[in-house]
Amino acid sequence: MKKVITPWSILSFLLKILLIVVFLFPFYWMITTGFKTYQEAIAYPPTLWPKEMQWGNFVKVWQSGPYLTYLLNSFLVSIGTLMIQFLVMVPASYAFAKFEFKGRGFFFAIVMVAFMVPQQVTFISIFTMMSRANLLKTLWPQIIPHAANAFGIFLLRQNFMQIPDELLESARLDNAGEFQILTKVMLPMGKPTLVSILMLSFISTWNDYFWPFIMASNQNVYPLTLGIDALRDVEGAFDWEIIMAGNVILVVPIIIVYALFHKRIVRAFAYSGIK
Amino acid sequence: MTDKSIARPAGYKTPWEKLRPYIYILPAMFFLALFTVYPVIDMVIRSFEKWNLVATPTWVGLDNYKYIFNRKEFIDAIWHTVTYAIFVVGLGLSLATLFAVWLSKSTFMNNLTRTVMFMPHVIALLSVAMVWAWIMNKNNGLLNLVLNFFGLPSLKWADSSDTAMMSIIIVALWKAIGYNTMLIYAAIQNVPAELYEAADLDNANSVKKFFKITLPMISPQMFMLLITATTGSFRVFDTVRVMTHGGPGTSTQVLVYYIYKQAFILNGKVGYAFAAAVVLMAMIGVLTLAYFRVLSKRVHYQ
Repeated sequence: MKKVITPWSILSFLLKILLIVVFLFPFYWMITTGFKTYQEAIAYPPTLWPKEMQWGNFVKVWQSGPYLTYLLNSFLVSIGTLMIQFLVMVPASYAFAKFEFKGRGFFFAIVMVAFMVPQQVTFISIFTMMSRANLLKTLWPQIIPHAANAFGIFLLRQNFMQIPDELLESARLDNAGEFQILTKVMLPMGKPTLVSILMLSFISTWNDYFWPFIMASNQNVYPLTLGIDALRDVEGAFDWEIIMAGNVILVVPIIIVYALFHKRIVRAFAYSGIK
Repeated sequence: MTDKSIARPAGYKTPWEKLRPYIYILPAMFFLALFTVYPVIDMVIRSFEKWNLVATPTWVGLDNYKYIFNRKEFIDAIWHTVTYAIFVVGLGLSLATLFAVWLSKSTFMNNLTRTVMFMPHVIALLSVAMVWAWIMNKNNGLLNLVLNFFGLPSLKWADSSDTAMMSIIIVALWKAIGYNTMLIYAAIQNVPAELYEAADLDNANSVKKFFKITLPMISPQMFMLLITATTGSFRVFDTVRVMTHGGPGTSTQVLVYYIYKQAFILNGKVGYAFAAAVVLMAMIGVLTLAYFRVLSKRVHYQ
């Protein structure tokens, strides 16, 4: 089919450019502000590109608090959550998908209820629980409350149910133990779904603000998000170039990962959102 | 392990085989009981108690509920939450539907636009709120410069009680719209092409095709999105915390922020926080139940 240029197609093209600018420019503005001096950041008219790259802003961010600790905490919490979710989710999804047992409906209903109860209503009870257990000065309150990923169990069960029973039966006839069936049959078949679930889990833990905001009681257990939040409290007047430089540290790794794997990430979100 | 070569009566299970699925679900059930079931029960019981996180709680019956429902601050918090949800969900879904239909053909430009629009969804809401707080800064913010460029007066955005809620809604829309668009786009891709071909034979125009074919066919996904977006809106906290701290005054104080404030900032108000949390959970629960009811009806009719 030949492309016909009509007024509408030109307008449509321009509107798309406008949309792209609206959604991309704030990121551009964050990054370039992060490289400006304070004077240049608030100057009128604003400059589109920093006159001189102020790498010192990042040094200032880094020295404003124990950033290495924040970064390490973010990694430990994100990876720890992901690993414990994996260990909890796989056997549970396997049992719900492939075994008949008394109370299966009841137990699965608990999973579905958990899926509906947001942490924004349960946080006070979990906070007092963690406080009584004397865990508030550790990373545990940021990890174990998310150990059972109800949504993940639901998605992985759906996926496991599609694996034919004959495959399991033939593996059993070959004298494969249950552990082997899990690692040789179920996991390879469920891998795409599992990778998607764990990727979403990593992104949401890495980005999380509310939960550590409630659970982290001192700087030693702050993740990166809380460290960056603290940049605002340093002085009365906001040093926007410093705040933006801090956000660059948090955001740029995710932007790079998104640029590289956007197809996979979008599919993971879109798939899990529809099912 | 049992020896598979020995023939057994069909359906016979060894005690171990009977026990096995329970062991598989045990870790999940343990964590769900500890971090979902227990907190919900604890929350409901404590909503009838007076407590300051330290001393022994005392039973006060419905006093906490009477207190919060008699205060303008709490009613306002519900109202702010609902206003926020109506705008973020209503505008968010209708604009996203428009974009999804407009960008539904898989061309380079359309794919690029959708991918770029989706990006805010994977970025921390904290950072999104901070960048927008900077862009909406009343003195040196970019947005006021743009307004001035078009001859419009500057706004105080998050710093005025007239525009603070609007500012938070704009940020929420900016973050959510690409995600909504992508989900609706994915739903549209699953509509069978034959339906459109049949409509083409009838010379149906594109507006008619949208309302007669596309919308009915994607309605299950739209409904799901409607519920998740609404319950998600009820949980708003990060943007409020970063951009306004619930202010100016209490003009952007939403329910979660109210709960947080009663529990952790104002001493001895934990009972009010629990009562407010029960109200919030009831709001989310009613919506979710409605969703499952409609969903199960739909399944029955098929």
